[in-house]
Amino acid sequence: MLAGVGIAKSFGPVQVLFGVDFAVDAGEVHALVGENGAGKSTLMKILAGYQPASSGTILVNGTPVSLRNSEVAERHGIVMIHQEFNLAETMTVAENIFLGREIIRRCLIDRPAMRQASARVLAELECSVDPDARISDLSVSEKQMVEIAKAVSRDVRVLIMDEPTAVLTGAETEVLFRLIRRLTTQGVGVVYISHKLNEVKAISDRVTVLRDGRLIVTEATGAVTPDDIARLMVGRDMSDMYPQQHRPSDNAPVVLTVEGVSVPGWVEGASFDLRRGEILGFAGLIGAGRTELMEGVVGLRSRSAGRVTAGGAKSIRSYDEAIAAGIAYLTEDRKKRGLLVDKPLTPNLTLLALPRYGRIFIDLAAEREAMDKAIDAFEIKASDIEMKVSSLSGGNQQKLLLAKIMQVEPKILIVDEPTRGIDVGTKHQIYLFLDEFARAGGSVIVISSEMPELIGLAHRVVVMREGRVTGALTGGDIDETNIVRYATGLSGVGADA
Amino acid sequence: MPEPSHAAHRASSARRRADLKAFGPFIALAALIVLGAVVNPVFLTPGNLINVLTRTAFTGIIAIGGTFIITTGGIDLSVGSLAAFASGIMIIVMNALTPQGLPPFLVVLLGTLAVMALSVFSGLVNGLLITRGRIEPFIVTLGTMGIFRSLVTYAANGGTLSLNTQIRGYYRPVYYGDILGITYPILVFAVVAAIGAIVLYRTRFGRYVTATGANEEVARYSAIHVDRIKLAAYGLQGLCVGLAVFLYVPRLGSASATTGLGWELEAIAAVIIGGTLMKGGSARIWGTVAGAIILALIDNILNLTGAISVYLNSAIQGCIIIIAVLVQRDAKSRP
Repeated sequence: MLAGVGIAKSFGPVQVLFGVDFAVDAGEVHALVGENGAGKSTLMKILAGYQPASSGTILVNGTPVSLRNSEVAERHGIVMIHQEFNLAETMTVAENIFLGREIIRRCLIDRPAMRQASARVLAELECSVDPDARISDLSVSEKQMVEIAKAVSRDVRVLIMDEPTAVLTGAETEVLFRLIRRLTTQGVGVVYISHKLNEVKAISDRVTVLRDGRLIVTEATGAVTPDDIARLMVGRDMSDMYPQQHRPSDNAPVVLTVEGVSVPGWVEGASFDLRRGEILGFAGLIGAGRTELMEGVVGLRSRSAGRVTAGGAKSIRSYDEAIAAGIAYLTEDRKKRGLLVDKPLTPNLTLLALPRYGRIFIDLAAEREAMDKAIDAFEIKASDIEMKVSSLSGGNQQKLLLAKIMQVEPKILIVDEPTRGIDVGTKHQIYLFLDEFARAGGSVIVISSEMPELIGLAHRVVVMREGRVTGALTGGDIDETNIVRYATGLSGVGADA
Repeated sequence: MPEPSHAAHRASSARRRADLKAFGPFIALAALIVLGAVVNPVFLTPGNLINVLTRTAFTGIIAIGGTFIITTGGIDLSVGSLAAFASGIMIIVMNALTPQGLPPFLVVLLGTLAVMALSVFSGLVNGLLITRGRIEPFIVTLGTMGIFRSLVTYAANGGTLSLNTQIRGYYRPVYYGDILGITYPILVFAVVAAIGAIVLYRTRFGRYVTATGANEEVARYSAIHVDRIKLAAYGLQGLCVGLAVFLYVPRLGSASATTGLGWELEAIAAVIIGGTLMKGGSARIWGTVAGAIILALIDNILNLTGAISVYLNSAIQGCIIIIAVLVQRDAKSRP
C-alpha cells in the first residue's frame, strides 16, 4: 500500500539512512524497531511527507509519488502521529480534532456537529475526555488519545505511530491495541514504532529492524522472540541487560528519611527511607504521584506537610538545600525541564553546578575541561561540541542530562524515568552507571513505569497508588504480579478488598 | 563518493549562514556608513559623527538594559516614561537644593543619587509586579508607562520643568564635555556596553539570565532562582535609565510631558535589530550597540540628503526592523 524503496537521507555531512526498503500492506501492523538514532523517525517522516528523502522512491499502491509535504501525504491517506504532540494547547479537544477541516455550515463553524463527531471518535477510543475541554488541561496520556482520535477521524489508510504508548498506562495501551486491530480489519495499514518489544510482539504482524540507518531485517513477528529483536537492534547479546545485583547490608545507615510528605493535589502522607548503597524503586501507574512526591522531597514543589531529612536535623525545604545535602533529581521531562535544547552542550552540562565554576565570573576553561571529561565518562556522542542539544539523539541527551546532574557530586540520586524513549544500548549503560554508583556507596531512587527495569535494578520497591504509598516489596517478592496488585489497589494500604 | 562532499558543502554553507546572521547588524551598519559618505561628505566629518553618537547614547544605554530584559523573555515599555519622570524629579531635587547654599558639585551629586535610587526602585517595582504579582511584563510595564508619564506631566503642571541656570552651567559639561574629542555620553555608552557584554557572557548572572529566557522550567529545575534573576534584570534596566537621565538632563536642562517620548520603542528596536531574540534566551550586546547606531544614522542621513523627506524617517526605521528580523529568522523555521 505504502512503500519506500532505497530511501537515503543525509543531514549535512551526516548520513542517517542508507538505501532502506520498507513497505506496509493494507490491514497489517508493521513494527519498526531500532535504537535511538537508528533512523526510524526520519524514515517515517519521509514516508509521511514531513521531510524529503535525499534519494529513493516512495510508492503508493505501486505508483511512484512525490510527497512534497504532509498535506499531500494526507491526501493519499497517510497520517503520522508524532512523538511530540502536535496539538494547539489553548484550543478545545474538538477544535483540535477538526483543525484545518472544520465543519462549516453557512460560512460559520458548526460547533455542535464538531462536538458530536469528536465525542463519537473519543467514545470509540473508550476515552472519557470532554470534547470541550482545553488541551492544556489534559494529562499527557489524554493528549495522546486526542492525538490518536485526530488521526483516525481523518480518512486514514496508513497510520504511522511513533511510540504511542510511551506515555500511556497499561489499560490505555490495551484500548489502543483494540483500536489498532479494528483499524486493520477495515484495511488500514499501521506502522508501529516502539521501544517496548513485548508490545511489538503482541500487536505486530511483521517487524523491521533498523540499525545505524541500515535495514537489518524484515521478518514475520511470529518467527522471532523479543530477545532476538533486541539482539538484532544492538548487534550484540542482551542477556546481561541488567547488572548483577549486589545486596546492600541490612544495617547500612539510613541516608534519607521522608516522613508524612503531602503535596497538594497529588500526594498524601508519604513516608519512606533510603539506605546507603541501596537502589530503591518506585512503582505505580501514571498519575500515582511518584514524580510529584519526589519533586516535593527535593523542594521543587511546595509541600503542605512532612519532613525530609538527609543526615542533618533540619528538614529540606528548597532545591538549593537538597543539593547542599547531596541530593540531585533527574527529571522525567528532559526536553521541557532537563535541558536547554536550543543551547550547546557545555552550558547545559554546567547549569546546575554553575556556582562550582566561579562566584561571579565563570571559569570557561574549567567548563571546557568538565565537558571533555563528561563526554568521555558518559560516552556522549556529538559530532560537534558547538551543536545544539536538540540535534543529539534521545539517548545522548539523556546521558548529557545525567552528566549535568552528576556535576553537583550527589550522594543520593533520584532518577525519574531514566530510560524513557532511549535505545537499548544506552539503557544498559545507564543501568550499569546506577549500579556502580550504588556499589560505590551512593544511594539511588528510581521511578519507572517499566516493570522489568524496576525488577532488574531495585533492591526494594515502593508502590504508590493515587498519591499514597500502598506497600513496599523486597527480594523475591519483587515481581510484576505483586507490583500490579499494589499499584491497582488489590493489595496493601487502602486495598479495595 | 559524491554524496558526502555534497553534504559537507551544505554543512559549511549552513555555518556561513549562521555567521551572516551574527554579523548582519554590523554589515548593515558598515553599508549605512558607506551610503552616508556617498550621499553627503559632511556625514563623515568627526563633528557630525560625534554629534550623532552622543545623541544615540541615551537610548543606547537603555537598550543595553533592555537586552537583559528581553533575554529573560520579558519586555519593558516603561523606560521612556521613567526617563521623563526621573528627569523631572532630578530637576526638582536640584532646584530645591540650590538655594540651600550647597556647592554645585554636591547639588548635582545628590540629584544624581536621587535619580539612580528612583530609577532602580521603579525597575524593581516592575520586576516585583512581574515575579511576585505574576502579571505579564507587557501589561505591567504598559501600566507603569502610563503612570510615569502622567506623574511627570503632573509635576510639571502640564508645562516644562527647567533646571536652575546656575546649576545648569555647572552640570552642562557632563553632556557637552569630551576627552580627546569623544564626548562623555559616548564614553559612558561604550563602558556600559562593555560591562553589559562581560556580565552577560562571562558571569553566572548572565548565564542565568540566558537560561531563564531560554526555558524557565529548565532553569528552575537547575536550582536557579528565576524570580530573583528577573527582578535583578529589571533593577538593572532601571539603573541604565538612571544613567541615561544623568547624561540627558544637562543637554536641555528641562523635562516635560514629551521628554523621552518613544524611547522605549527605539530601545526595543535597537535590541531586535541587533539580533537578540524577542522570545528570550539569546542575547547580542554588541548587536544592540550596532542597532542603536543604525537607527540614529538613518535619521542623520535623511537629514543630510534632500532626496527623501525626514518625515519618512520612522517608515524607514520600521522597514529596517522588519528586514532585520526577516534576515535573522532561522531558515529552518520557515514554512
